[in-house]
Amino acid sequence: MKGVERNKSKVALLLALFWSFFKLSPVSFGGGFAMIPVLENEIVIKKRWIDSKQIVDIFALAQSAPGAIATNSAIFIGYQIAGVTGALAAMFGMVIPTFVIILALATVFVSFQHNPHVIAALSGIRPVIVALIASAAYKMAKTALVDMSCWIICIVSTLVLMFCPSVNIIVVILSGALIGVVIVRCKEKIDMYSQGKLAKQNSRK
Amino acid sequence: MDLYIDILITFLKIGLVGFGGGYAIIPIIESEAALHGWLDVKQLTNIIAIAAMAPGPIAANCATIIGFKLSSLEGAVVACIGITLPSLFIILFLGKLFLKFQQHALVKAIFYGLRATIIGTIVYAAIKFAVSNGIIGGANGIDVKSVLVLLVSFVLLIKTKINPIYLIILAGMVGIFIF
Repeated sequence: MKGVERNKSKVALLLALFWSFFKLSPVSFGGGFAMIPVLENEIVIKKRWIDSKQIVDIFALAQSAPGAIATNSAIFIGYQIAGVTGALAAMFGMVIPTFVIILALATVFVSFQHNPHVIAALSGIRPVIVALIASAAYKMAKTALVDMSCWIICIVSTLVLMFCPSVNIIVVILSGALIGVVIVRCKEKIDMYSQGKLAKQNSRK
Repeated sequence: MDLYIDILITFLKIGLVGFGGGYAIIPIIESEAALHGWLDVKQLTNIIAIAAMAPGPIAANCATIIGFKLSSLEGAVVACIGITLPSLFIILFLGKLFLKFQQHALVKAIFYGLRATIIGTIVYAAIKFAVSNGIIGGANGIDVKSVLVLLVSFVLLIKTKINPIYLIILAGMVGIFIF
């Protein structure tokens, strides 16, 4: 009997998880970062599924892992609350509503795309999209480009992509990570060397 | 069938290296779409405009629309699965491990270079989108009206907390009057 009850409460929990994300994802305009306070309010304050310290870790992982930040958060929150099935419940709750909405929008767009007003509106919108992309770079740069080597890595990868179109972007991204490791290691070596030298000078005195 | 497999593998790949979320994934989508000859940058810009106006992750929304364009509903489903699955597997398998080692020197060193490179790819995408949409470097050098809209929205985006959706709607209305 107890097993049956436990199963029942597990199903109820999964449904509640699914529902939380299902009702929040259609109002999560603006993607990942816009969603963080909304999720925090639902998961930490209203449902008390996760405490406020743990949620910080969850968002840190969601931003570091590849993929959409909102989806990553949903999957990890679901996993922390109810294991693998919880991850799936939260993921489907997050993905299904936005999938349906975007399909509806795309269908509407296809039937209006030759309307002269729509074409004019899009001409006004396209520069904004470029601004959005550029502002994403600007905002990331403020926190992530911490020293000269970062700036060099960043500029070199832009130049490689612009002037060597045969180099695949995935290769560029992965080599960036590798170069980062090499640079950090070299800096450590240099630091150790100069500290060692200093120590020698001091001992001579 | 081949097209579905192609869509699936392409978006799995994008999902797997799409570090940074949202607009940071756009450069990879652009480069893969160009590689496959699926769409040009102008079409992709329109798609991003729709994706940004809808709720939900911008990258997943883009993937869904591109899949839809390539092969209607089935294509949309396949593309959406493709870009979402890597998130699921990475978080299930590496989630706890990452939390344990996020302060580890090697992990920090990887992200040190990775973030800088991702920013480089986004800058590249911004330049490429500006050029391909005829905003800069077109027949007249620069398109004054578009550059104005671009600069004003960039300043608003970094200086204020304006919701991008309002900005897009506003720009659409401005567009109807000036283009």
